[in-house]
Amino acid sequence: MKVLKIDLSKYRYEIEDRKDLFEEWIGGTGVAVQLLKEEMDLRADPLSEENVIVFAIGPFTPAYPLASKTVAMFKSPLTGNLGESHAGGRTATAIANAGYGAIIIKGKSKKPVYIVVHNDKVYFRDARVIWGIADSLIVGRIIAENEKGRGIRTVMRIGGGGSNLVRYACVTTETYRHFGRLGLGAVFGSKNLKALVVVGRGSRKIPNRHKYKEIYEKILKLALESDAMKKYHLLGTAVNVNPLNELGALPTKNLKATKFEKAEEISGEALAEHNLGRRIACSHCPIACIHIAALRIPYETEPYFYKTIMISYDYEPIYALGSMLGIGSRDGLLKLIHKVEVYGLDAMSTGVCLAWATEALERGLITENETLVKLSFGDVDGYLRAIDYIVKQPNEFYKVLAQGVEKASEVYGGKEFALAFGKNEMPGYHVGHATHIGYLIGLRHSHLDNAGYSLDQKLKEIPPPHEVVDKLVKEEAWRQVLSSLVVCFFARGVYKPEIVAEAFKALGYETSPEELKMKGEKIYREKLKLKIKMGFDPDSLRLPKRIFETECFQGRLSEEYIREALRYWKEKYVLPLV
Amino acid sequence: MPKRLVIRDIEKCVGCGLCMFACSRRHGEIGNDYSGILPVSLSGFERGATVIFCRACVEPPCAQVCPTNALTPRDGGGVIYREDLCIGCKNCIEACTIGAIFERRNGKPALCIHCGYCANYCPHGVLGYEEVEA
Ligand code: SF4
Ligand code: SF4
Ligand code: SF4
Ligand code: SF4
Repeated sequence: MKVLKIDLSKYRYEIEDRKDLFEEWIGGTGVAVQLLKEEMDLRADPLSEENVIVFAIGPFTPAYPLASKTVAMFKSPLTGNLGESHAGGRTATAIANAGYGAIIIKGKSKKPVYIVVHNDKVYFRDARVIWGIADSLIVGRIIAENEKGRGIRTVMRIGGGGSNLVRYACVTTETYRHFGRLGLGAVFGSKNLKALVVVGRGSRKIPNRHKYKEIYEKILKLALESDAMKKYHLLGTAVNVNPLNELGALPTKNLKATKFEKAEEISGEALAEHNLGRRIACSHCPIACIHIAALRIPYETEPYFYKTIMISYDYEPIYALGSMLGIGSRDGLLKLIHKVEVYGLDAMSTGVCLAWATEALERGLITENETLVKLSFGDVDGYLRAIDYIVKQPNEFYKVLAQGVEKASEVYGGKEFALAFGKNEMPGYHVGHATHIGYLIGLRHSHLDNAGYSLDQKLKEIPPPHEVVDKLVKEEAWRQVLSSLVVCFFARGVYKPEIVAEAFKALGYETSPEELKMKGEKIYREKLKLKIKMGFDPDSLRLPKRIFETECFQGRLSEEYIREALRYWKEKYVLPLV
Repeated sequence: MPKRLVIRDIEKCVGCGLCMFACSRRHGEIGNDYSGILPVSLSGFERGATVIFCRACVEPPCAQVCPTNALTPRDGGGVIYREDLCIGCKNCIEACTIGAIFERRNGKPALCIHCGYCANYCPHGVLGYEEVEA
């Protein structure tokens, strides 16, 4: 597998063969950890020239369906620690077909540029003219028209969020998929990098045609016919809104509640019935879980003039910009999602920041002098304007809010209800203890690290904290294999250890479920070590009081229980690596 | 009767590219270098997706400009491609009005020869394989 290293400071690139790395660390997350260790001064300021971005794919791309994701690793400007973010779209297959296992971006360009990788060539293009375009959709369109490679390329770009260094700005790919969490967009912005285009045309020989066909068909069949992915077939991830609301686990109005009286209105069912206009797929995915709503908006002043915008929705933005902000109108919600999409912001972080600001305003910690606009739960127009301000940062308050809710609550108070874990804004689940332990100990502070929210729903009774921690770490270790392959986490029911081993065999690699699991544990430890080297301290993890005040599915949560879990995790998993 | 690859309902295309990967697999390859079908967005996925492939001309311009007879008209439309005769001049790529001939890494063309294999892999019923008048 080849690694492409691009140096923006010198406008140079080189290609290295790193078969060694991929053999030992699979690909994706496993390889990205190693490359970051090799390439980066781990004490670097995330927004400085020294930060390094690694994009890595795995050995199953483009060999098998649903190996459709790319891992990005960098130092996060939001948390100051390890940043890892995954995205679908066409990025993974384009990188693979261009002939790479990973692409590294170092340094900083003197002037705005975008990079085009076309198989084994790299071009640096002047981006001064488009640097100021805040709409990531337009940026994508312009670059797509300028460049070759229609159909076999990916256009990873930033909007106004990234170029204005909002620390939770994302990098958007193929209009609707995102390297969303932890601020990769701001890292692009700090490097004067508007976009990375990869055009890939290429292929490699199938080592064992017979075996390969057999396992390919098996995976495809599992994906299409079994229950393993049914959930994503029909309503998409938005299917979660109603059940979580019924469980009493849907964070509402800055988590003052876990049931939202208007949940039904913004549910997957309602969106499908009234707005779903189209579905699309990531490259090599038969499911097409990307649900796109059509929103018809009349012109303000002209009668019989309409515009129709297409907005991709998922559970997370529905939670963050819907229930969390008390927004119960579908049109309003879709406008907010669209706004966030246009600027290229992380929807979850944006929603949580605004929810905190709303409550801080209610409580008088800040005034309209700071917020410039009245923010109140349920008021779409106020939030639409506030999102403009987060990007434009016209005053001190918005400069701070653009650094995340942790920072904002440090400056203005209201930490008790500032919902961040490891400085990363909260995902949309308040189910039980494992949910929050999961956010805290998950190495990305993401709900997908270890799926605590799902564990909470399965538990019949509450086990001692150490059992929960062991279960979560075990899940997270296996997910390191999935994110090294790199397959879509939604296909985790398809890619069981036995299937993965079989799929490897057809590609000419012998391995076993046991060996894979061991690799997962090894990658988990390596990633945790990297986090520690970047300054991660489990004792500094803050528990927002709000999660103990608002009842969830499991009832009222115990702070002592979660603290005990953290003590145990530190003792058993962190300290041996220090 | 000869058959050809046809579109059943283009509006249903989700741009997944399963057809494209199937076409290269048919050649024993993992990837897209050999693929004669291309899934594209319509100036961005906001407007949906479509696939581009040979529409089986009865009088194929691509074959008419081929200096070596690597491309010859096929019964039922489209062409038969003999790679061993191809000199990689790319005339055919220029000649196809709909841009359905793609350039491989080695400079030679990749194009649909209407074998029907990919139609089995389109999960959304966009593609079909149907008999046509010769
Ligand atoms: S490749 Fe183009 S020109 Fe040739 S037969 Fe097909 S559609 Fe016609
Ligand atoms: S590239 Fe090959 S097939 Fe195409 S016109 Fe030239 S010789 Fe014929
Ligand atoms: S019909 Fe055959 S040659 Fe044509 S695109 Fe499909 S798989 Fe490729
Ligand atoms: S497999 Fe079907 S849905 Fe997917 S890109 Fe090809 S034609 Fe479109």
